[in-house]
Amino acid sequence: MSVTLPAGSGRMAGVVRRQGALAVLLAVVVVSLALFPGFRSLDNAGTILVAAAPPMLIALGMTFVIITGGIDLSVGSLYVLGGVVAAWASPYGFVAALAAPLLLCGAIGVLNGVLISRTGMAPFIVTLAALLGARGLMRSISDEGSTTYLVENDAFHRLGTGSLLGVGIQVWLTAVLVALGVVLLNRTRFGHAVQAIGGSEDAAALMGLPVRRIKVGVYLLSGLLAGLAGAINAAKLGSGVTVLGGGMELDAIAAVVIGGTLLTGGSGSIAGTVAGVLLLGVLQNLINQNGDVNSNWQQVISGAFLAAVVVAQTYLARARRTRSP
Amino acid sequence: MTTEALARPRLFTTAWLPRYGVYAAILLLIAYNIAFTPYFLTLSNLRIQLIQAAPVVIVAMGMALVIGTEGIDLSVGSVMALAAALIPLYLGYGVIAAILVSLLAGVAVGLANGLLVAKVGLQPIVATLALFVGGRGLAVVISGGQLKDVRNEDFLYLGSGDLLQIPVLVWIAALLVAVVGFTVRRTVFGRRLLAIGGNRPAAELAGLPVKRVLIGVYVLCAVLASIAGLLSVSRIQSSDASAVGLLIELSAITAVVVGGTPLTGGRVRVLGTVAGALLMQLVVATMIKHDLPPSTTEMVQAVIILVAVYVARERRTR
Repeated sequence: MSVTLPAGSGRMAGVVRRQGALAVLLAVVVVSLALFPGFRSLDNAGTILVAAAPPMLIALGMTFVIITGGIDLSVGSLYVLGGVVAAWASPYGFVAALAAPLLLCGAIGVLNGVLISRTGMAPFIVTLAALLGARGLMRSISDEGSTTYLVENDAFHRLGTGSLLGVGIQVWLTAVLVALGVVLLNRTRFGHAVQAIGGSEDAAALMGLPVRRIKVGVYLLSGLLAGLAGAINAAKLGSGVTVLGGGMELDAIAAVVIGGTLLTGGSGSIAGTVAGVLLLGVLQNLINQNGDVNSNWQQVISGAFLAAVVVAQTYLARARRTRSP
Repeated sequence: MTTEALARPRLFTTAWLPRYGVYAAILLLIAYNIAFTPYFLTLSNLRIQLIQAAPVVIVAMGMALVIGTEGIDLSVGSVMALAAALIPLYLGYGVIAAILVSLLAGVAVGLANGLLVAKVGLQPIVATLALFVGGRGLAVVISGGQLKDVRNEDFLYLGSGDLLQIPVLVWIAALLVAVVGFTVRRTVFGRRLLAIGGNRPAAELAGLPVKRVLIGVYVLCAVLASIAGLLSVSRIQSSDASAVGLLIELSAITAVVVGGTPLTGGRVRVLGTVAGALLMQLVVATMIKHDLPPSTTEMVQAVIILVAVYVARERRTR
């Protein structure tokens, strides 16, 4: 059983958890700036941000899902599906290239939400089925992976490759959506309901919150963001790549957890998730930079980091909690 | 069951579905195949089906134990890869040494998972996610990222040989199923495991050694996964750490869940899990035989998972 923090009394512990990821991120960045000359350039910072944009979008949606106490395993498949559908629709115009993945992935998100909230089936299982279903759909659209659709729309292509004030358009877009996500979670009734449901679903229902609708909304959000992330990736690469997005969902969960959001729901922060995604991104960047480090070590180091950060957070939160009653 | 239901037994009920639905589905699928699929009822075909299902069955046994404690283990594929990577490195010291080393790797991973879950108090999905991410990387690093052929005849017997005209691999899987079934049904450890999954605070209050049992469960799960890993090497006659056991955690969880074990813990259906694994294998085989593409197979699998869990869910609320 993980440390479950009651709202209010766990505020201190919550701050520790949230700032834990940020502190580790800053430490890693400072050390890297000192040790690795290649890390210091502005170009490299841009590379990190551009690479982090799609995982960031997926982790943003995942944060909402996890705060309700759920989980969404389908986002990796939706990411790939979104990319293929966006490329497939791109000859029909910019709007089509963006709308097609959002409609399809959003619909699958709604299906997840409806199944979870109406039938009481575990989110893990429903979204595992969606993982398989979306992958199947992606393969059938791409003729079992043998057809790669090219992005044939310059405006859409620019969404992934263009830049504004020296910063990639997709980074701007991601930043805006993250900011909107923060407002949505902390300043709206929807966001408050999301947190209430994660704290206690029964209590939220007794308070008269539309629990089912909120849950559907959360999985819709997750599906939309995964589809958008896929579309942006397709725009960047110029084609819808059918290689499985295996592990994207688990990377996103790892980032959210490193960011201090509890998998038991009820408590979490988007700022923490941003720090979690960037931390994993910086690690990857460092390993890519150092040619003498085998790229397989990247997984090992990411895994070790995940374990270390999560264990440290757990102990810190526990220590703080026992000290301040 | 309500008294009304007792008073008027209905001829057609669906009460048996949650428990026996998966067996019924297998029988239906077999009947369909016998009728419509040429060469289905041949010895060689049945052998292939069993051999292909065996690794998933073995991994799913461990997964069922973990899920019985209301846990989950995402690291099983990485454990298979680790075991597979170690085999060619240690075969020079003998078959037994190589097997022991890969089993030890399983014990080590299981201990790490178990300690993170039981002592640190991490959620199982997070605790095992770390080794899911890192374990395969480690396996690839160990093996140097190369596919290695394995030529040791004694070792190859495990995965490619026959005993009494039945593949040794199938014997081993059956034996492990029997061991796990016995553990769950007949041992103190099994009863404690179910008690922890059913109600952990109560198990703690009752003075059960919760942490030790949890650690034991994760070690068992990882050891079963490493057995599956070394058997896969023996069957394929080569070791590829980046490919062995890829996505098997999803297949194993699917087999467990389709077999009627609830994710909420407290119950383990051992034979149901075997049936779940065989059903998914049969679905794939049937669709391949009828020239249906993998995409359709995946969508059908998704529907089967949802139906199986939906049916099981109804039973719990009743």
